[in-house]
This record gives sequence, structure tokens and C-alpha cells, in this order.
Amino acid sequence: MLDTIRKNGVTLALFAAITTGVTAIVNTVTKPTVEHQTQLQQKNLLDQVVPTDMYDNHIQQECYVVTDAALGNASPHHLYLARKGNQPVAAALETTAPDGYSGAIQMLVGADFNGKVLGVRVIEHHETPGLGDKIELRISDWINSFNGKVVTGPDDKAFAVKKDGGEFDQFTGATITPRAVVNATKRTALLIETLKGKLSSLPECGDANE
Amino acid sequence: MSEAKNLLVGGLWKNNSALVQLLGLCPLLAVTATATNALGLGLATTLVLTLTNSFISASRRWVPSEIRIPIYVMIIASVVSCVQMLINAYAYGLYQSLGIFIPLIVTNCIVVGRAEAVASKSSIPLAALDGFAIGMGATCAMVVLGSLREIIGSGTLFNGADQLLGPWAKVLRIEVIHFNSPMLLAMLPPGAFIGLGMMLAGKYLIDQKMKQRALRRAEEQALAAPQGTTGSAV
Repeated sequence: MLDTIRKNGVTLALFAAITTGVTAIVNTVTKPTVEHQTQLQQKNLLDQVVPTDMYDNHIQQECYVVTDAALGNASPHHLYLARKGNQPVAAALETTAPDGYSGAIQMLVGADFNGKVLGVRVIEHHETPGLGDKIELRISDWINSFNGKVVTGPDDKAFAVKKDGGEFDQFTGATITPRAVVNATKRTALLIETLKGKLSSLPECGDANE
Repeated sequence: MSEAKNLLVGGLWKNNSALVQLLGLCPLLAVTATATNALGLGLATTLVLTLTNSFISASRRWVPSEIRIPIYVMIIASVVSCVQMLINAYAYGLYQSLGIFIPLIVTNCIVVGRAEAVASKSSIPLAALDGFAIGMGATCAMVVLGSLREIIGSGTLFNGADQLLGPWAKVLRIEVIHFNSPMLLAMLPPGAFIGLGMMLAGKYLIDQKMKQRALRRAEEQALAAPQGTTGSAV
């Protein structure tokens, strides 16, 4: 009896050691590639919201943490700063539209410091397939209608969906999703404008308060 | 040889994991909104099944039967983790569309089912072949369901295949019907259940037809055989 328990216990432990070991080895081998892929993906995304000819710094390394109610919730969001000749020219800021049709929509908004939106991309959402998911570039180029639009101020009536008297199209059968995206973009662009003077006081990414 | 053929036919049709055993429905129903996603998860499942079946068959001499299940679970979990990391590293586009579904393969009971039913008793090549056949059977069922849902739901076929297979696959995208507003029911989970029900009915019909034809042929042979013998006797 005891002998069987010992034998089975040792077998089980051996298999556990082998399977865990293999997983650990594969993890070590693939880790650099996975990180490289994530970086590439992030760069690719940043290039879509801030045109590469606007800046000459390594935008991914100029990462700051912004926490502001205008970003949809109280959690910290990343800001990537674009400089040309050491002067800040634009920023890409992660933001949340808390009022999507099925929960929050995570986005990345690129804008310069005069309220001009350079590009917007939706990173994650749970909107209805076929209706609200037209905010994805993969499905519709609606999201590109933000390119070059200027937010003049908090009461800018034009920066809203057509149903609210603005100039952005809503989708047939889905107004809530585009409204959430347009309003979040507006808030974020306004916030980027106000951040220009405070850039030096922003905490860097990877700090303890993140 | 006939054993291998039996395994192939069983996995692809007679014992199809999705259409006969109705196992692993969670990923099946969740991912099949488009044909591309269905193909991706199907191929990942096939890879996992082939690998786990091979490893379990290779280690079957050293696995005492009392503790075989925990050992299978460890082997399967480890293989799935490795496959996930490898896909993440070398097929990032695929990882983005399938990311959360790859860990779900662990919960797919067909994997443990095949380990217990076949891999623990067969030689390595046979076990690997069984995993491959069962995986391909599930893949075919998923692609058919995914294509149906994609055509009815959004009017396209293989939309986004380039994320799975590389840039050349853009040409695979076919616009079958043009909709101004898509048919939501087909794309949401209820559509998956209805579609699967239709496929089960279809498979049953085909099986029924084949059985009738086989029966008729047997009758004809039974009728023809005595005539033939009497004819030759005269």
C-alpha cells in the first residue's frame, strides 16, 4: 500500500517537473520575440494616430502616465509624446469611452497641442457585431473621419454625431457607440491641449504609482 | 492499415467530435462568427490534439493507471501553454484574433477524451493520426458553421483571412451578398446554436440516405446472386 503511494507520488512529481520544465523553457525562448512583437504592434498603432513625419524622437520611449477624469475613468492612462527638434509637437493618449453600448471602449487618440485630432483607433470594445463594430478600421473607415478635425473648445457643437447637431455620421441602427467614441475623442483632444504646459510634471511610465 | 482508415473516417465523419459526440461546443460556438476564426481555432485544436495524443501515447508505459488522469491534465495544460506562447511569438495576427480562445482548448473535453479512449492504448503514429483526424473533423465542422454564419450574417466569406494566413490571403475574401444592415441573429450566439442544429439535422439526413442506399444495394445483390448462380447452372 505505502509502496504504491510512494511509486505513484514519485511518478506524478516527475511528470509535473517535466511538463513545468518544458513550459518554462518555451516561455524563456519565446519571451524576447513576444516582447518584440508587442513593441512592433504598439509602434504600428502609434504610427496610425500620429504621422511619423511629424516627429523625430523615439515616441515609444517618451511614455508618461496621465490620470484624469476626462479619460473616462480614474485609472492611469499612457501618453506617448512626439517631439521635433526637442519641441513637443503632438501626443498619443490612451483613453476610455465609458458609455459604449456594451461597456467601456478602449481607444488611442493622437492630437497636437492646438486641438487638432491626428488619428483615432479603437483598441478594445464589446459593441454589437454588425452594428456598433463599425468603429473598427477593419470593418469600416468611419474612424478615419476624425483625421485633421479640430476641437475648438468644450462647447464645440460641430464635434458630435449628426443626431446631436454635429458633423460625424452615426451608423444605421447604432447611435450610442459612435456618440461615445466622438465624445471621448473630444474630451481627450481637449485634455491633450491643456497638458502642454504640464508635460515636465507628468510621471514616467513604469514608476511606482502606475 | 484498415485501423488507420477507421480512425480517419471516424474522426472526420462517423465519430465527429462536433457533430456526433457534441464535445467542445464552448469554443466551437463562440469562435465561429467568421470562417477565418473558425479555421484558426480548428487548426490550433488539431495541432494540440495531435501533440497531446503523441505525448500521451509515448509515455503510456510509465503512467500507472490510477494516476493517469492528473498526468494527462498536466501534459495537456503544458502543450496548450506552449502552443499559445509559440503562436504569440510567431503568428501575432492569429494570436490577436484567437488570443482568448487558445487557453479554452484546455477545457475542450475532446482532448482528454481522446487521450483516454485512444492515445493511452495505441502506438504513437496511430495516436497522432487519431488526434489529427478528430481535429480535422472538428475543423471542418467549424469552418462550415463559420462560413454559414458569415455569409448569412455579413454577406462575406473569409473576411480577414490575411490576418491568419498572411497578406496573400486577401484575395480569399469573397463578397457573396451585399447587405446594408447585417443579419444580427446569425452573428450572435443564438445563431451559432441554430446553425449547429441545422448541421446536425443535415448530417443525420445524409447518414439516413447512405444507410438506405446501402440497404438497397444489399437487397439487389441478394436478388442478383441466386439468379446469377441459376443462370450459370443452366
